[in-house]
Amino acid sequence: MQTWSLVSLCVLLGLAVRWGVSLNSYSGAGKTPMFGDYEAQRHWQEVTYNLPVQEWYFNTTKNDLNYWGLDYPPLTAYHSLICAFVYNGVSLGFALWGVLALGLGWDALGSVAFCLALNYKQMELYHALPFFCYLLGKSVKLGLMGRGLFLLVRLALTVLVTFALCWLPFLSDPGQAMEVVRRIFPVARGLFEDKVANTWCSLNVLIKIRSILSSDSQMYLSFACTLLAVLPSCVRLLTKPTFWQFKLALANSSLAFFLFSYQVHEKSILLAALPACLLLNDLPLMAIWFLHASTFSMLPLFLKDGLLVPFVVTSLGFLYFSIYLLSALERCSEEELRLGAYHKLLFCLPKLDLAWIVRWKFYVSVSVMAGLSIAAVALAPPPHLPDLFPVLVSIASFSHFLGTFIYFNIVQFSEPPSRKSQKKNN
Amino acid sequence: MAAADSSWFPALSLGVSLFKCLFISAYHSTDFEVHRNWLAITHSLPLDRWYHENSSEWTLDYPPLFAWFELALSQGARLLHPPMLLLSNLNYSSPEAVLYQRLTVICTDLLFLYAVRECCRCVQEQKGSRDVLNQPSFVLAVLLLWNFGLLIVDHIHFQYNGFLFGVLLLSMAKHMQSLHLQGALLFAVLLNLKHIFLYVAPAYGVYLLRSYCFTQDNSDGSVRWRSFSFLRLAALGGIVLSVCFLSFGPFILMGQLPQVLSRLFPFKRGLCHAYWAPNVWALYNGLDKTLTLLGVRLQLLQEAELPKASMTGGLVQEFQHTALPSVTPPVTLLCTVLSILPALVSLWRRPRSAQSFLRCLLLCSLGSFLFGWHVHEKAVLLAILPLSLLAVQNREDAGIFLLLSTTGHYSLFPLLFTCAELPIKVLLMLMFTLYSFSALRHLHRGPLLLPLETLYLGGLLPLSLCCDVLLPLSPWGARLPFLPLLATSLYCSLGIIYCFLRLYCSMLRGGAERPKQP
Repeated sequence: MQTWSLVSLCVLLGLAVRWGVSLNSYSGAGKTPMFGDYEAQRHWQEVTYNLPVQEWYFNTTKNDLNYWGLDYPPLTAYHSLICAFVYNGVSLGFALWGVLALGLGWDALGSVAFCLALNYKQMELYHALPFFCYLLGKSVKLGLMGRGLFLLVRLALTVLVTFALCWLPFLSDPGQAMEVVRRIFPVARGLFEDKVANTWCSLNVLIKIRSILSSDSQMYLSFACTLLAVLPSCVRLLTKPTFWQFKLALANSSLAFFLFSYQVHEKSILLAALPACLLLNDLPLMAIWFLHASTFSMLPLFLKDGLLVPFVVTSLGFLYFSIYLLSALERCSEEELRLGAYHKLLFCLPKLDLAWIVRWKFYVSVSVMAGLSIAAVALAPPPHLPDLFPVLVSIASFSHFLGTFIYFNIVQFSEPPSRKSQKKNN
Repeated sequence: MAAADSSWFPALSLGVSLFKCLFISAYHSTDFEVHRNWLAITHSLPLDRWYHENSSEWTLDYPPLFAWFELALSQGARLLHPPMLLLSNLNYSSPEAVLYQRLTVICTDLLFLYAVRECCRCVQEQKGSRDVLNQPSFVLAVLLLWNFGLLIVDHIHFQYNGFLFGVLLLSMAKHMQSLHLQGALLFAVLLNLKHIFLYVAPAYGVYLLRSYCFTQDNSDGSVRWRSFSFLRLAALGGIVLSVCFLSFGPFILMGQLPQVLSRLFPFKRGLCHAYWAPNVWALYNGLDKTLTLLGVRLQLLQEAELPKASMTGGLVQEFQHTALPSVTPPVTLLCTVLSILPALVSLWRRPRSAQSFLRCLLLCSLGSFLFGWHVHEKAVLLAILPLSLLAVQNREDAGIFLLLSTTGHYSLFPLLFTCAELPIKVLLMLMFTLYSFSALRHLHRGPLLLPLETLYLGGLLPLSLCCDVLLPLSPWGARLPFLPLLATSLYCSLGIIYCFLRLYCSMLRGGAERPKQP
């Protein structure tokens, strides 16, 4: 079958699945953010057309089928869109355009796209550092005395102009601009709200940080931790500005922000899910595992909005089809999973078959997630612990996210496999 | 795909089953209440009241075996959600009831999945092509499993067609594998589940007589009269009669057979359904209407003499034609018989072959669709599904399939008239049409449609635009609400009649060009 028809079919299927999910909305016939969804879907279509040339070095047939899997992650990411939570898709879409443009080498366009994303939703700051470090690193590599400087200046101008255009109505009065900033960053709201799978909420189960520290010190603490968490990845990207490093840095940065930042919502995991989708082809098992965990982390939200059936259907579908189409469970030798660095870390236990361990961890984790989901639906929590299941879900998700964060960091710091072994794997 | 060759079927089946689960909360038609009522009837009432019960307008009008099936389903309902089994709970559709009934449709579709797998086994594989996506069996599996009509009618509109077509396809597969007794048994069961399959019974009858009761052919392909086997005929008869007895037996013993038959064949319902199925009678009605209007304009007819209500009122009742002679059930029967007779004769005279049987079955179902009394538009699926089997093996049939399936599926659009389901039906239609066109073209290497046919199909787009968008918003929209349905019906009937004629031509032209079948 021709490429264009396969891709169109995937897009249509993705749209149909999304519309089917939206028919299940809580309020009966909720408004579907069609524009946002469609925009993101169109981006995926572009991704499948263009990125193959860049990075994925497979032949065409395998390529297209792999990207059928890609149509599901946005769906797991956009479940939350159906709870009348509109237009997440647009900012994520713009960010994806940015990544795509950078992948193709169109730096200025990529910057514009990302600035638009940033101005659409301030959450995109999660991705801002990698963009900055990548472009800066690229300019430095080109030589700060020549083309590098030219590139840097061009990018700076592009960013400034884009921001100015977006903020034009507010620039006349600095007071207004400050007000906007204050509204976008509501620092008075506390370290976290509700049950979210990040460090502070999980820590709160043991130590009540919110009551111990003052609001200001909470802010400083989270700021410091986030910075520390994101620093290694960004510095590495600055020194080695390749596209592969960029993708990993995106994942690491968004995870770092999610885990340690201030006033994080569960839906912010979508910002980490986006780079994970980009890594589906290279690290299929880990990416699938993470994406599954990210959907699972939103289970309490889905239950609240009556979206159990779409959750079950899409989780099962995603898990089955991504593993099937990407052959994730076959492609998990030690080399493919980049576990070499782990060997060095665990030097005291040299004889471990890490690939086997990882596979079994995957099975156990999926079973635990399934078990918790069933328990959350079927069982009533004990009266003295009314939030038992949301807390359990968030702690389980937190441990997954932390593990993924550490893993992606280690992978970013290890050497990429040689070309020869990559060709062998293809 | 790095997966093994045989793993695509479970993947496709799981995918489509999960996909169906997404439509659990979508719009469902009155057929949902029909089946809920039947669950209640079979569960709450004793056997002798089943076909007499009429407190609800949705009386039991399927054969007894289906009633037994509903009884079995009601046991599950009893365990999960008893309130839905109360007869007095008319139009009861709590979330649990909807979930249960939708899940029963999805689960009974397992039979359909099994049948599709059997059919895929009967399809010859292309030599030398390792690409799974391009294998006839894969294409057939997708065309059947993801059939737009079945998804829309079964899983949104709500019916049990998947399960019934599963039995039909299984029966056809058995015949293709030369397991004729099993095929006959399955068909007998099917007839007792839904009597609409009487449409294709003549094909079965002639084929079984020709290819099973007469054990040998002459060298020129004609029947060898001396090879008639009474034993085989007795076996067939025994199977059919015992199934019918199992199904109708209790009612015959209670003397209720006339009542049951009157429920099964309600001739009071009028020549056409509320929405005209795109058949010959739709064109006839259209012609009648046009002539009436012309007659009134030219003052050949008095407007006062015309009946007040018209067939376009959207109601299911008996009406008379005005300008043209009225059509009665015997007339439709005669027309149907005349339309399928040449096909049956051709089947008789050909050497035994499952493909000829398939073709004849197709022609019987299309002929009955075109000329039958009170035909539902959903009956077009009875032609589209079997044609899929021929389409993946034969170039000409592929072209006819594209035309018939697109037209037939489009004619199902009025079944889903709510706003929320509009994107779904458009998306699914696009998906299926896109897939069928690209896969079949790739399979048969080249274009499959004549320019005129492509033009006709292209005309569906402006038609849909007019009917779904322009007409409702225009000033005539309020005055003539039936106009979009009429237009759809008339336009599609042209395509379906054309496909019928083309299929007839290919059948009568003989088997010389056809590839040898195992």
